[in-house]
Amino acid sequence: MHELSIACSIVEVVAANAKGRRVHRVTVEIGELSGVVADSVAFWFPEAAKGTAAAQANLEIREIAALARCERCGAEFPTPSLLTICSCGSFRFKRLKGEELNVKSIELEEVS
Amino acid sequence: MCANCGCQGDKTTMLDLQTGATTTIGLRHASDHDNDHHHHGHQHHHHHNSHADAGHDHTHEHGPTVNIVDVEARILAKNDGLAAKNRAWFAGREILALNLISSPGAGKTTLLEGTIRDLAGELPIYVIEGDQATAHDGERIRNAGAAAVQVNTGTGCHLDAEMVSRALSALKPSLGATVLIENVGNLVCPALFDLGERAKAVIFPVTDGEDKPVKYPHIFRAAGIVLISKIDLLPHVDFDIADAVANIKQVNAEAPILQVSARSGEGMRDWYDWLRAERAAARQAAFT
Repeated sequence: MHELSIACSIVEVVAANAKGRRVHRVTVEIGELSGVVADSVAFWFPEAAKGTAAAQANLEIREIAALARCERCGAEFPTPSLLTICSCGSFRFKRLKGEELNVKSIELEEVS
Repeated sequence: MCANCGCQGDKTTMLDLQTGATTTIGLRHASDHDNDHHHHGHQHHHHHNSHADAGHDHTHEHGPTVNIVDVEARILAKNDGLAAKNRAWFAGREILALNLISSPGAGKTTLLEGTIRDLAGELPIYVIEGDQATAHDGERIRNAGAAAVQVNTGTGCHLDAEMVSRALSALKPSLGATVLIENVGNLVCPALFDLGERAKAVIFPVTDGEDKPVKYPHIFRAAGIVLISKIDLLPHVDFDIADAVANIKQVNAEAPILQVSARSGEGMRDWYDWLRAERAAARQAAFT
């Protein structure tokens, strides 16, 4: 449900950076464990962008696979769910990737 | 134009239960759009002037018609910034702030009513009530004896840091008070939105399935404490406490787990002891 809010927040960040220029493309990163559903953000984005500099923009979503490093055996392993633990049985690990929720870049029209 | 955008548009209202004053909050989004349009002319002008402006925006050329701005910003940066302000506001006033989260109907308001009545005279408690609609819960809190502000989020599924900031300016909690923020009943969205609280308290009733913690791991992982509520109903429901505790521990090994019934009073003393300890820690934190 909160993906609509996330789409609105993306539009706010984009508008602040576009400074009135028209935006062609918005690239965002959404981690696998961020708690945000990428498809749902894509669904809401055009609605949130209506009437803003991003109204015509394409949204490119880079989904980041989650990865952790075990503090016991040192192995790096994928963590597709918050419940995943290391195959060595350890619950102690550091999450390296997968919690991203970022606006990476925006592509603007050139005003000449 | 933000009527398009149901999230934090112009549909959020706030009722001060002390004065009866209703305020509309959440217009910032619309004003952001307005600013965009104001900027339009300016930016046009800059671009005519020099390439230095383009450099200022960290842009690099990609052909004749496109330029890319590296933004590298957290999507929730604005909420996180406002939450940090709330947190500093609480710290400066030695206030303990907690964010109470559960599915709808878990007994958050009943827990608050019992807490307010039992700790009257010991802990000054102020409440921010979040619901999509109605002031029913705010009125219950007022009747229990605490000052309350009701935030109605309209279609919104969670409170955010700005709503809390606005509610605080109406609520005006006293120095050293405890502010309990009852979030919109929802186990999904509130996990993402920091309000500036010291801890999230997740209320998990025995009328839910034991597997809620593993079905909604984000919110249980973020919890500073889990209260298994409505334990007076245990004889009437198929709820295995040991299973539930194991499921909580699977996603959150650190959070204390209490078993309470606001109705019978069972276990409430543990909750109050935890509140007292957190309050003492919050007051101490103001000086460190």
